[in-house]
Amino acid sequence: MNQRKPAIVAEHLTRRFGTFLAVDRVSFRVYEGEIFGFLGANGAGKTTVIRMLCGLLAPSDGNAWTAGFNVRTQVEQIKQHIGYMSQKFSLYEDLTVRENLAFYGGLYHLRRDQIQQKKQQLFQQLELAAFETTLARDLPLGFKQRLALSCALLHDPPVLFLDEPTSGVDPRARRDFWGLIQSLARSGKTIFVTTHFMEEAEYCHRVAIMHEGKIVAMDTPETLKARSRKSSMQQVFVSLIQQQLTES
Amino acid sequence: MMASGENTLPIIEIQQLKKRFGTITALDGIDLHIYPGEIFGLIGPDGAGKTTLIRILCTLLLPDAGRVQLLQHDVVHDVQSIRRFLGYMPQRFSLYPDLTVEQNLNFFADLFQVPPSIRQQRIQQLYHFSRLEPFKNRPTRALSGGMKQKLALSCAMIHTPKILILDEPTTGVDPLSRQEFWHILHQIREGGTTVLVSTPYMEEADQCDRVGLMYRGKLIVVDTPQRVRQRFPYPLYRVWGQDTYALREFFQNLETVHSVHLFGDALHVAFTQPPVPSDWKHWQLTSHQQIIRWQPIEASVEDVFLEMMEAHS
Repeated sequence: MNQRKPAIVAEHLTRRFGTFLAVDRVSFRVYEGEIFGFLGANGAGKTTVIRMLCGLLAPSDGNAWTAGFNVRTQVEQIKQHIGYMSQKFSLYEDLTVRENLAFYGGLYHLRRDQIQQKKQQLFQQLELAAFETTLARDLPLGFKQRLALSCALLHDPPVLFLDEPTSGVDPRARRDFWGLIQSLARSGKTIFVTTHFMEEAEYCHRVAIMHEGKIVAMDTPETLKARSRKSSMQQVFVSLIQQQLTES
Repeated sequence: MMASGENTLPIIEIQQLKKRFGTITALDGIDLHIYPGEIFGLIGPDGAGKTTLIRILCTLLLPDAGRVQLLQHDVVHDVQSIRRFLGYMPQRFSLYPDLTVEQNLNFFADLFQVPPSIRQQRIQQLYHFSRLEPFKNRPTRALSGGMKQKLALSCAMIHTPKILILDEPTTGVDPLSRQEFWHILHQIREGGTTVLVSTPYMEEADQCDRVGLMYRGKLIVVDTPQRVRQRFPYPLYRVWGQDTYALREFFQNLETVHSVHLFGDALHVAFTQPPVPSDWKHWQLTSHQQIIRWQPIEASVEDVFLEMMEAHS
């Protein structure tokens, strides 16, 4: 985080659905190597922001760049430069670990030797080698999660989006997963993550809290806790949103 | 806290309950007593067996072995009578999207044969805690997720059940809505209903009178949240460092360290013997001033879960 080079830039990013304002002039920057947590109630607009940053949904107004590419005009390049993993891991349950990786490698137009090389590296990093010929559906949940992460990392994207990546896994698998995420960030990857586990927000370098389409707070977890005099992000979140609700 | 002593008869009694699915042992000998007026939390990750246990309690699944009784009624033989005093909210609840809020409530009142003479009063009581009355004419499909959830809960409560069982009602729900939902469960308990609720969120243990930590088909601990936390056998410290990652490795290599876990922006380090100030001074030096600060902490339910999990695997 020393050189502070932005990996994601959003400027007055806005999205309407009919008369409903889902995202309302949201601006922020996420820097290379940063773990950025994106928090908010269900329906606050988080998913709409992510879909715009991934080039899946055009903004109604404002602009954004992901990995240096414009979300309006360079959608194809964005897809090649981001990884995406969601709580509902999109894995092929009837394919083995190896076959899932080969399939995703094909999607990203990787050559066989590239897939092979990347696979070795990921297997080592994520300790998946023992499961190479296991069907995805037979994997323990924690390892399913690692396989989903491997598929999202296969094409070596500089920016990684994680949408509630640890729902349901046991606490040890969750810790291990965050250890991996931290080492990915140390290697320079930018991580954009949404979660409802407020403890996880504390793993992030910075967090933004969204409410009704707007960012209502954005800072390091430490600063947010100090400012609202709370000891946990759980309390920070609840008090911030309650404050918003009384003001509106 | 409600009465839950040895001299009260349990309202739910589970003895040596077992259930297998093919080669998978979903429930591996569960023994549990739940007492009237308790909020009991079943806590564990996906695949621990929470839903299987709940489905057996709700008479939706037959046990392979063991005995399960609700209010002295057997889940295998007394299905009809159990359903009269049991409220159940499954993980994926079903409401009729085209019916309004009030039509859904009336529909469930019909299903559970709530007498017309008390029906309106019951619906009013449910509006009181759900605060859904202003939306009573809105079609259910147009409700927010939080409101749908409160309506599903109201439908499960329409026949004033003595026991309410909820399967992960707060999963995927934001922290504020989760807090409101727990507030409602406390009100329901005040009204005399015993509540059994499952959750994957360890921090919700504190909302319950007693909790059972579930892992791989077994209840590994059953106690009050406070006593669960006190079970942690090692002195535990929260340690902040320049570089949490490097610091973790540093502690992993110390002989007097039992375990090191990442915990948000810091580490939780459990020692086999309590460290003294000179230890910290020494570690400051040997870690090249990596340690920013440290503080002794009480173990969280999650720390205990991790510890017990490792003992069971």
